[in-house]
Amino acid sequence: MSRQTDRYYKFDWLTILLFFILVGFGWLNILSATYGGEAIQYFDLSNLYSKQLIFIGLSVVLIVFILSIDAKFYERFSSIIYLLSLFSLAGLFLFGKNINGATSWYPIGSFTFQPGEFAKAATALAVAKYVSDLNTDIKKFNDQLKTFALIVLPALLILLQPDAGSTLVYGAFFFVLYREGLPQIYLIIGALLILLSISALKFGVLAVLAVATLLVLTYYFTLKRKSSFIQPIIVLILSAVLAFGVRFFYDNLLPAHQKDRITIWLSLEKDPDKLEKMKKTVAYNLNESEKAISSGGFNGKGFLQGTRTTGNFVPEQETDYIFSTVGEEWGFIGSFLTVLVFVLIIIRILILAERQKNQFSRMYGYSVAGILFLHFFINIGMVMGLIPTIGIPLPFFSYGGSGLWGFTILIFIFIKLDSNRINEW
Amino acid sequence: MRKLLLLLSVIIIGLVFTGRLLYLQIYQSASNNLYDDNAIRKEFDYPKRGFVYDRNDKLLVSNQPSYDVMVIPKEVKPLDTLEFCSLLKIDKAKFIEKFNKAKRYSPRLPTPFISHLSKEDYAVLQETMRKYEGFYIQKRSLRKYETKIGANVLGDIGEVNVRDITKDNYYRSGDLIGKQGIEASYEKTLRGQKGIKFIQKDRFNRNLGPYKNGTADTLPEAGKDIKITIDATLQAYGELLMTNKRGGIIAIEPQTGEILSMISAPTYNPNSLVGRNRSENYTKLFYDSIANPLFNRSLQGVYEPGSPFKLMNALIALQEGVVTVEEKITCYNGFKYGKRAFMKCHCSFGVKNNLIRGVQESCNTYFGTVYKRILDKYDNASIGIDNWSKHIKSFGLGDFLNNDLYVGQKGRIPNRKFYNSAYPKRFYSTYTMSNAIGQGEVRTTPIQLANMIAAIANRGYYYTPHVIKEIEGKTLPENFTTPKYTTIDKQHFDPVIEGMLKVYEEGTAELLKIKDIEIVGKTGTVENFVKIDSVKTQLTDHSIFVAFAPKDNPKIAIAVFVENGYWGSRFAGKITSLMIEKYLKGKINRKDLEDWILSHSLENEYTKQYSGAPFKINGQTQLQVIKPEEYQKLKRRINQLN
Repeated sequence: MSRQTDRYYKFDWLTILLFFILVGFGWLNILSATYGGEAIQYFDLSNLYSKQLIFIGLSVVLIVFILSIDAKFYERFSSIIYLLSLFSLAGLFLFGKNINGATSWYPIGSFTFQPGEFAKAATALAVAKYVSDLNTDIKKFNDQLKTFALIVLPALLILLQPDAGSTLVYGAFFFVLYREGLPQIYLIIGALLILLSISALKFGVLAVLAVATLLVLTYYFTLKRKSSFIQPIIVLILSAVLAFGVRFFYDNLLPAHQKDRITIWLSLEKDPDKLEKMKKTVAYNLNESEKAISSGGFNGKGFLQGTRTTGNFVPEQETDYIFSTVGEEWGFIGSFLTVLVFVLIIIRILILAERQKNQFSRMYGYSVAGILFLHFFINIGMVMGLIPTIGIPLPFFSYGGSGLWGFTILIFIFIKLDSNRINEW
Repeated sequence: MRKLLLLLSVIIIGLVFTGRLLYLQIYQSASNNLYDDNAIRKEFDYPKRGFVYDRNDKLLVSNQPSYDVMVIPKEVKPLDTLEFCSLLKIDKAKFIEKFNKAKRYSPRLPTPFISHLSKEDYAVLQETMRKYEGFYIQKRSLRKYETKIGANVLGDIGEVNVRDITKDNYYRSGDLIGKQGIEASYEKTLRGQKGIKFIQKDRFNRNLGPYKNGTADTLPEAGKDIKITIDATLQAYGELLMTNKRGGIIAIEPQTGEILSMISAPTYNPNSLVGRNRSENYTKLFYDSIANPLFNRSLQGVYEPGSPFKLMNALIALQEGVVTVEEKITCYNGFKYGKRAFMKCHCSFGVKNNLIRGVQESCNTYFGTVYKRILDKYDNASIGIDNWSKHIKSFGLGDFLNNDLYVGQKGRIPNRKFYNSAYPKRFYSTYTMSNAIGQGEVRTTPIQLANMIAAIANRGYYYTPHVIKEIEGKTLPENFTTPKYTTIDKQHFDPVIEGMLKVYEEGTAELLKIKDIEIVGKTGTVENFVKIDSVKTQLTDHSIFVAFAPKDNPKIAIAVFVENGYWGSRFAGKITSLMIEKYLKGKINRKDLEDWILSHSLENEYTKQYSGAPFKINGQTQLQVIKPEEYQKLKRRINQLN
């Protein structure tokens, strides 16, 4: 066996295969969503599907480049990559181009470039590098704070663009840190916070307080050794403040369109007339997307046969709402397989991460899986109406060069790291 | 454990998504279909509606084109408004008003701009229409009635209402459907099957071309022509005779059950319910609650049958063997059937009548007696009346005839169950004595009486009366071609028919005889009442006549009902006789009789109950004669028929 073949053999071809399946199938759906019924012109750059085809071609070049760089490079230069990424995000406030209300793009000729899509990989490298350092102990509060700062910095810059959806993705690092030993209390508090916020909106502040009081009292009286009253009272006061805070935030501070999205999601609007009106305005996209998916039925209407896709009934269908095309044209079979392939690629990356011999690679792999998972969960959940509308692309499917390259870099750095694990000691 | 959090999250979310997909694409999508898909425009291609011919192949109903100017406001380019307005014969203010209205409805969708252009305007416009972008002419098809008669038979078509749409999902808003008469009862045959084109559209309603290249589209299927059993000439003749009277005429061919004419008076011109003036005219007819022209008196008019019903009692009495043809029953100027119960009769005191004379003289005592015997034949009158009821129902009385007419009434033939509430325990034959002479609880419609007389003409069977003669390429339903047998044996009919024949030869209807034709008939005079200011008030009697002719091998059976026409042969008898002559001979020799009917009106009889003033009835009234010019008009129309 020559050295050459030996090296190729070490790449995880299963992940690469799943990656190309998703990219290929994604492109077919972009074709469907953007072609207007005329003859298909693959190399006419006025068509979005032709552009995407070029992006895919360039991403192959990118893959070859990433895989040919020495694996150690990524760990060694992670801080520099991270800093460059932060500068590129900050630079947006000076040179950025505003599209749809968010200053997330650099204009380069007729193309645009979105640094936020690359910041995810950079942050993953930086966090992995910092936490895997021998001097860092994630169980220590001080180190926790520094780690959080690494994550919050790019997230904050993105939130200011403003792009709330992409900011949420940085929540993925919680999975990574938890895996590496972040104290249990973070998980518990996080879960309780989410539960409390949703309950406060759905059932009202008073109901939440009543239940919280009941729980705290039950807990206190079942304790064998009675401690002071102070702890439970603090918990109660905190939850009251939080519940009122969430309510106040929803009622007064939240921008109207985001408030409406939550209203729709939690079915808080009871007036059928207003609801009907919402379906035509704020919830139009969601409503049409659910209709399109539903109209696909079991078998789907067939490639390029989706009436709602062809009729442009779902706005933004080639980007955030691309999954509705899958639903309409490929039906339950196609949608289920798409979900399955996503689940498989994430699980495969998780398995690869767990078999890494050094902490840096493992953490980076975990970050990749976490980021993919959040995109997958938020995007498809939103398109099917399971979670409130949050603008975030579906990896490999949604139209756009920056997004595709961002995910390509994210995944293939890990594939490179994984191929090098034999050399780690 | 910490390793599992993300793994489990991924798996759980995968399962949740699968569940959601199942819900959306399997459960919810089961209720989706192409017709409700707002991404598909449905364009319908309406076929030609079938023509209607009479029994002699005379065209009664056809179609006529109608032209609408349509506008798509968004596509309208600046134009010479003045010229365009003069072409359309409207002024500029009207143009602006109509244009703004169309724009408000939808700037992208076509809206009718001017409806129902005349043919001449269309010819002019057609040449110049190309100049006016955004306007175009749409051709539509309207019904055309080639005759002024038969509105009650032919019916009309109009736009479907919500009920029609929910009942049959073939119809879409704006479609036309038969509303009454033949148009309604043969709707499916006449309309054909509309074709449908599925056009893909975008969310701005713009066309994107045929859906699936037109593979799901269907072609229209033309409506079928039909031939009906009505004799247009006889129908027209009957309608003219009934002018200025109210009531109904039904003439049936006994050997087939074919309805030769079905007249309800007053009537209207069927063309008044076509085109631009339809809704106005329909409203007028609909709200005329006094003359009630939309009410088909020959099918829906429920009246006491009166004397013609005595024929039934004679037949049943013979069948049940409670009387022989020879037995004579003495009339004492009436029939005393209880302590204080007495039924008057016009026969002289002490006259002895056998069955034939009983029928001929219409002797109340005779029929009272045999009716009592029929009911008392069994130990219990309850069984007797059920048996009696069963015989009568075998003639098609007291029930819908299961025919092909759009409206109808059951009428009423009482049985024991009917009397349950009035007489819960004991029940005697004498309680219902008025039924003997067709005046008690029995109710019939003119078509039921005509069918009854057809069954008598056939000596014991009838064919369900129907109005359809031929459907292009289809055979008639078995129901119309198989005889229905009554429960009376054939031999019992001849004595009754002989009695009826005597009515013409020696009895009250002597004047109504037609040369060379043996008419078999029976008169009827029915008392009737209305409530005026909640006081029961008697009106002039209804005039009824039933007959068939000729006696042997009968060709026509007929029932004529003239509201408030006084006695049977005064109006109904004369009309019956003329109708029979017209049908069998093709022309009328007794012009004096025809003139009498044409020139006399009963309108004053109908209006007096609404006058508020006291009025007289029956013998104390004066017959109204119509104005000479009106008479001349009717006369001209009647002469045109030949």
